[in-house]
Amino acid sequence: MNKIILIIGREIKSKLYNRTFIIMTILAPLLITGFMAFLIRMSQSDKTEQRVLVLDESGLFKGKLAGNDYVSISYTSESLDAAVESFSDRQYTCLLWVSPTIVEGGAGASKLFYRKSPGFGFQTYIRDQMEKLIYEYKLRANNIDPDVIVNSKTSVKLILEKVNEKGGTEEQSNFGFFGFINGALMFMFIIMYGMMVFRSVMEEKTNRIVEVIVSSVKPFQLMLGKIIGVAVLGIIQFLIMGVITLVLTTLLSTLFLKDIKIQLKAFEAQQELVKKHGTNINLQNLEKFDDKLQVFEVLQKIEKIDFTEVFLCFILYFVGGYLFYSSIMAAIGSAVDSEADSQQFITPVILPMMVGYFISTKTMIDPDAGIVFWGSMIPFTSPIVMMSRITSGVPLWEIVLSLSFLFLSFVLTTWLAGKIYRTGILMYGKKTSWRELGRWLFYK
Amino acid sequence: MLPILQIRQVSKRYSNHLALNQVSFDVEEKSIFGLLGPNGAGKTSLIRIINQITGPDTGEVLFRGEKLNSSHVERIGYLPEERGLYKKMTVADQVMYLARLKGLSRKEAGKRMRYWFEKFDMQGWMKKKIEELSKGMQQKVQFIVTVIHQPELLILDEPFSGFDPINAQLIRNEILELRDQGATVIFSTHNMGSVEELCDQIALLNKSEKILEGSVKQIRKAYRSNIYRIAFRGNVMGFTHALWAGAELIEKHTEDDLNTFTVRMLNNTKPNHLLEAVLPSHEIVSFNEIIPSMNDIFIRKVSEESGEFGTNNSFTE
Repeated sequence: MNKIILIIGREIKSKLYNRTFIIMTILAPLLITGFMAFLIRMSQSDKTEQRVLVLDESGLFKGKLAGNDYVSISYTSESLDAAVESFSDRQYTCLLWVSPTIVEGGAGASKLFYRKSPGFGFQTYIRDQMEKLIYEYKLRANNIDPDVIVNSKTSVKLILEKVNEKGGTEEQSNFGFFGFINGALMFMFIIMYGMMVFRSVMEEKTNRIVEVIVSSVKPFQLMLGKIIGVAVLGIIQFLIMGVITLVLTTLLSTLFLKDIKIQLKAFEAQQELVKKHGTNINLQNLEKFDDKLQVFEVLQKIEKIDFTEVFLCFILYFVGGYLFYSSIMAAIGSAVDSEADSQQFITPVILPMMVGYFISTKTMIDPDAGIVFWGSMIPFTSPIVMMSRITSGVPLWEIVLSLSFLFLSFVLTTWLAGKIYRTGILMYGKKTSWRELGRWLFYK
Repeated sequence: MLPILQIRQVSKRYSNHLALNQVSFDVEEKSIFGLLGPNGAGKTSLIRIINQITGPDTGEVLFRGEKLNSSHVERIGYLPEERGLYKKMTVADQVMYLARLKGLSRKEAGKRMRYWFEKFDMQGWMKKKIEELSKGMQQKVQFIVTVIHQPELLILDEPFSGFDPINAQLIRNEILELRDQGATVIFSTHNMGSVEELCDQIALLNKSEKILEGSVKQIRKAYRSNIYRIAFRGNVMGFTHALWAGAELIEKHTEDDLNTFTVRMLNNTKPNHLLEAVLPSHEIVSFNEIIPSMNDIFIRKVSEESGEFGTNNSFTE
């Protein structure tokens, strides 16, 4: 036992002080959150100031286009040629020209002149307003009050409540994409740490130090110490990455998502009001959030995720899945002399994980499909598939059963791997085949 | 006295060949024991069994009369033929790690490490990584980790291969010193020169079987075949005549006026008879018995076993 601890200690120390390891641990969360922040930033409208000069020959929009903090609107009635020539000298960033026939539509009925390209967000902002004004104009032309149309629109939102065995209900976030990300991360981590064990075993073998070590400890102890060492290392790395990510996302979300969170609060309060009073209250007084609804939905789903459950399951499945696969990787590492020879063994090991990954894409669409259930039970795929369906409300007994399968099979694979490992580490210069590995299982 | 190690009818089979076939011998305490044999004879298989890296299929190995068990691991030191160390680890970390795997406490391991590093004049190298060391330096480290836990039984597989002559001499002296301090050394080699110089006892393995065993002196005596070398000045013709009845000329060599003849005494002819015959007419410069070297015995035994005579390059140094 004492010796296993020594081996674990060496394994951790040798990697922990490794420069690549430290850089990876710090850089990965920085990159991930940075990338997310970049995406969010990109999706938000551009904040360049736009001074728009409007030359409206239809008379439909005069005085009706709204500006905001970044967009200011002025109107003119000079000739188009003169305006095009002079708008930028008069400190306008662009010129919006509307033809008299805008209501009939068609290409070229409206043009935006500019010196510096206006962003897509700004274009959408202007176009949406114009479309709405034309829409309301047409309704009025047909003697329909636009408010009637607005009031008769109702958006329906399905709230998912899973009924459990006892007949009680619980609201589910059912955030399929989040589940998929979980599954993908699990896939990545198992391969990453599995390969770490593989390399560490192979390194000792090619270094030839292994013979010295197995004259002091049993090969099985060495293998187990190595596997546990890398597992501890993985968990340390997890925690560091987790803390960095948490700090960064909190920081970034207060920076970027502050406005939207306040709006979400207002929206939720409003929904409460509607629930209480029905549609009798004056809707005119309500703020409109139509364009934000999708973002709200995602935020609400995220808020409903039970992160403690997800985190706990992630750790348990990671440990189980890692132990299961890394013992196989250790056996393979012992059987080959170089990384180049290892492909024929590694591919069949990664294959079932790939299957798990594909099943987890299915989980997004249909979390209760049969294949998803079985995928989350069979140890080869269960860590990945179970993580992908964790947010859709998995009964506790399924988790317990699948975890027991996983840990039992880990005992089996480790035992088999130990037998291969024992022989493999002392075999040199021989190209190993699957059949050979099978034979090693029966050596005394 | 109870031998430190007793090998009893040990057999080991790998999937398609028999590595050891009913091998038995004893290793006396405080001796240097040579485990000899051509490549593939089963030496490494046997050494791995003694180190408990693998187990025998049948037979048993007794350490001080007890069947081998895991508590013996800490009393045995092993230097494998193919050696290696963790390249990225520092020398001190490495030595500490391997010493503690052999059951030494941190404190004890540190103390012994300093002793050996001082002895080999390597104190300045403790913080260096193995990959920064020269090959000779790495070999010294390798030797230190083999002996740091003061093993009662030291097993060295081809200890001199890869060592430069200076380091080889250093290791040779260390081996003798350890023996004098009470350790028993088994070393496997096909360098017969070092066998004659160091070993008290040997066992010769060939094709998975033990074919010869005993003390080096006795074996050489047993294999002597009445061959003498005589150097003289004088008439060669007359000398040959004098030989005629009792001895057979095997080889002759002449340089300037000095003749060197190698002869085998026939029947019951004694060396004195030969000397008496040639003394009156020739000036004798030297006369000695040629005792077969371990190398000759090795080659002779192995080729006899193989059913063929002649030299086999696999065991010449």
